[in-house]
Amino acid sequence: MFDLPVLSLMTFLPLVGVLFIVSVRGSNEEVSARNAKNTALFTSLFTVALAVYLAVQFDVSDAGFQFVEKYSWFPSLGISYYMGVDGISLFFVLLSAMLVPICILASWHAIKKRVKEYMIAFLVLESLMIGTFCALDSFLFYVFFEAVLIPMFIIIGVWGGPRRVYSAYKFFLYTLLGSVLMLVALLTLYVQLGTSDIPTLMENPVARDLQIWLWLAVFASFAVKMPMWPVHTWLPDAHVEAPTAGSVILAGVLLKMGGYGFLRFSLPMFPEASELFAPMVFWLSVIAIIYTSLVALVQEDMKKLIAYSSVAHMGYVTLGIFTATTQGIEGGIFQMISHGLISGALFLSVGVIYDRLHTREINRYGGIVKNMPKYATVFMILMLGSVGLPGTSGFVGEFLTLVGVYQVNTLVAVFAATGLILGAPYMLYLYRRVVFGKQMNDDAAKMSDLTKREMTLFVPLVALVLYLGIFPGYVMDRLHPSVDRLITLYESGLQKGEERRLAALSGDASTVAQIKPAAGMSEQEVTFVPAIAPSYAGKEDLPMPIINYNE
Amino acid sequence: MNLNDLAPLYAELSLAVLSMILLVYGVLQKKGEIARKVAYGGCFALIIAGMFLYASPHDQDVRLLNGMFVHDGFGVFVKTLILIGTGAALMMSIQYMYDEGFARFEYVVLFLLSALGMMLMVSAGNLLGLYMGLELQSLSLYVLAAIRRDSIKSAEAGMKYFVLGALSSGMLLFGISLIYGFTGSIDFVAIGEYAASENALSNAGLLFGMVFVIAALAFKISAVPFHMWTPDVYEGAPTSVSAYFAMVPKLAAVALIIRLLMGPFDGLAEQWQQIMWLMAAASILWGGFAGIAQTSIKRMLAYSSIANIGFALIGLACADEQGIGATLVYMALYMVMTAGAFCVVLYIRRDGLAAERIEDLAGLSQTNRYLAYVMAFFMFSMSGIPPLAGFFGKLVILQAAVAADLYVLAVIGVVGSVVACFYYLRVIKVMFFDEAEQALDKSESKARHFVVTLCALIVLLFIVKPEPLINFAMHAAQMIS
Repeated sequence: MFDLPVLSLMTFLPLVGVLFIVSVRGSNEEVSARNAKNTALFTSLFTVALAVYLAVQFDVSDAGFQFVEKYSWFPSLGISYYMGVDGISLFFVLLSAMLVPICILASWHAIKKRVKEYMIAFLVLESLMIGTFCALDSFLFYVFFEAVLIPMFIIIGVWGGPRRVYSAYKFFLYTLLGSVLMLVALLTLYVQLGTSDIPTLMENPVARDLQIWLWLAVFASFAVKMPMWPVHTWLPDAHVEAPTAGSVILAGVLLKMGGYGFLRFSLPMFPEASELFAPMVFWLSVIAIIYTSLVALVQEDMKKLIAYSSVAHMGYVTLGIFTATTQGIEGGIFQMISHGLISGALFLSVGVIYDRLHTREINRYGGIVKNMPKYATVFMILMLGSVGLPGTSGFVGEFLTLVGVYQVNTLVAVFAATGLILGAPYMLYLYRRVVFGKQMNDDAAKMSDLTKREMTLFVPLVALVLYLGIFPGYVMDRLHPSVDRLITLYESGLQKGEERRLAALSGDASTVAQIKPAAGMSEQEVTFVPAIAPSYAGKEDLPMPIINYNE
Repeated sequence: MNLNDLAPLYAELSLAVLSMILLVYGVLQKKGEIARKVAYGGCFALIIAGMFLYASPHDQDVRLLNGMFVHDGFGVFVKTLILIGTGAALMMSIQYMYDEGFARFEYVVLFLLSALGMMLMVSAGNLLGLYMGLELQSLSLYVLAAIRRDSIKSAEAGMKYFVLGALSSGMLLFGISLIYGFTGSIDFVAIGEYAASENALSNAGLLFGMVFVIAALAFKISAVPFHMWTPDVYEGAPTSVSAYFAMVPKLAAVALIIRLLMGPFDGLAEQWQQIMWLMAAASILWGGFAGIAQTSIKRMLAYSSIANIGFALIGLACADEQGIGATLVYMALYMVMTAGAFCVVLYIRRDGLAAERIEDLAGLSQTNRYLAYVMAFFMFSMSGIPPLAGFFGKLVILQAAVAADLYVLAVIGVVGSVVACFYYLRVIKVMFFDEAEQALDKSESKARHFVVTLCALIVLLFIVKPEPLINFAMHAAQMIS
């Protein structure tokens, strides 16, 4: 089972495709564009095949990391090439692998200039996204996480709309500013604990004062990526200007990196700080849900409307994650997966009519149910999924999240549930204005229905939205052990903090954190400490350095 | 004295002898492309010097000429980079000299002499050795800045550089005399012993002397607040010379600062750490913010070099082995990125004239795809975006800063790097998002093509095997501290 390095294959296979595209030349522009498209599609489909293999081989009962690969990469800095997935990251890997071929197919005719580079950008993006979710070394994670900015910047800037330059800059600089603060936090963790192994870091929370600072630094990164109110303003701009496929990836996968980061870093590594800041996150999320739902209601641009709805939906995710309850976290993750499918598909459906009429203005459409019945059906299912109708995947995530929140904070639950109601009108209103009503625009009334290619794009997404809405068990079974383990880690972290506080009160400093091996690691691996990092190996009786910020 | 005792000096001696031979050859030669031939000879001389450098014993401290010359692993590391950097700058220059009409063989000889000066100064074992090495390189560089003497800009650049350089030399000499007066020695070991003793801190003369010396050297690395000459000189000097200025003399001067601070002034670490902290923070922020307003790509790269020096100084502010190692790694990677970026600038010629505005790169991704991608790598790398080499430079520096508890400085560093990112992104924006301008002139320089390709490969593939450079630098840092 572990003989095939599936994760590395999945991560680097798209780069092999890039090499092919770079090296293969066509006799003229058209041929080389077609070659590039075919190579990209073929490579990404091959990655999907590997993803299916991954999903089949995944051991449902195992809560720890599977398919682990670990090689020494940067020994003098203690950074290793360390990959693995657990129940939480598995679905993000699958989602990334699945959305890329859809994106490539969606751009088949829409992209006319610099096709080769476009395909390269998407394959590089795929490689980096999968890498981000598989990395189990904090620096490796950072490398993938940050490198995503490069292809996305190019995608928005080269193939985007009229205000693409502004949006690309805003996207890049906003996210970069958050990320670099996280880099400092990761370095601090590394210097404090002498390792950059995520599993080891998760089991050894640092001192409370430090946790608070580090939590804030990491939060700066993931909150921007998520995006949470009030740092969400880059998202509507980026979505509006990005080409359709860019929006799909942005909404489908890149936003999830924020939520994934909260689950991997904030919650297990800084449990005390997470507990402390949870109320703040709750209120920010509630504001996001209510405020952006209201903002979405008045949008005239379809993409902008869906972008704002994404911010609202991500509000549920942060809400669920920071309840630190089983239902809340599982709901949050489920919501992310479901949102990845639904909003991805919604952006695609905007793309479909945009390709025909070249406008995203809602008023330019109307009554298209008459000439596009198939489209109207697909759009309806997706719209209802976004609203959270029972039977679609959107419902499961939101419901579980609310159950989780209710256990922790009733008042927040009340507001969040109100947000659920507010979520319905803007989508229904959008649907009514675009699909129903009088056919006021002749050109809109003449649009042709979905082509075969477009149907191929929607079928898997719509099928999954319905399947997961009716049988959420497939996801839940795999999520459950890992989420349980996460909560155990979180609670033991809180307990350790409590013990430390008591020990500090009684003046005994010797119980301050020591490095313990993570599950599945031998003692030796842990005591390996890089040459230039401060070594605590063999000095377990020394207290860990604690930074006094009052000085 | 036996000639074999001088073995560690062979690299410098060979470079000195070969540059004299090239000078004589250039004078005697009457026709043909003399400058080109001498330039190839210069590259050969650098290779010979490099071979002698490696043949010499490197794992021990050897002190020669009554302690004036120190040979150690640190020196070997820095000299290797100096030789490589000088070689790269020479190769970039060959075609450019002819394009711009200043093809004189003296250009090459001056390159070699300045490299010799730098090698001597990083090996300095006392204050006089330091001063002589520094002056040898500075005087060569003044002439290089003004080598296109019929151009007003070039002459102005040379003049500015000379006046401010002379000022800094004055400050250096003043500092040296204070140190000599208050410690009674010019030898680094003796000064180090004094500085480590109890009464060093109450000795205001020594402290003043040290501050003057640091200020003088800060001119050479163009750290804020001693940076004002940099943009003007970079803009005015021929681009190949600016490239050289940005790459090699900075590295050598940083190495010299390391040698001074970790050697004779080691005992005063708490004093100079504050200076380094302030210069690092100021350089990063000033280099970041002031660069935004630039329209000339050479000025932009000048501000970028200021910001990068700020980053390198973070490592010095740590005042420990890890910090020094990080600074060396950073400077090495910075040299590669700068060489590449300037190399691309050398390509930007239309109708036989050099174009130096950022807008002149417009649509490069359509007219010259290769160059555009390579430049994008350098710009993203300078912004510190993984997986490119520049990120690892920043990573080691920040790690050293965090390990030394310099959290505030680390945060200033990363925020400054985001600010600087704005102007690096503008280059990418102009190349990729804007509409194409008239195509560039065809370049026939194979040497330049080789340098730019090599730099791009290093920047792109450093992630695969980062270990050798880092180990080499860390070893060098161990030797010095």
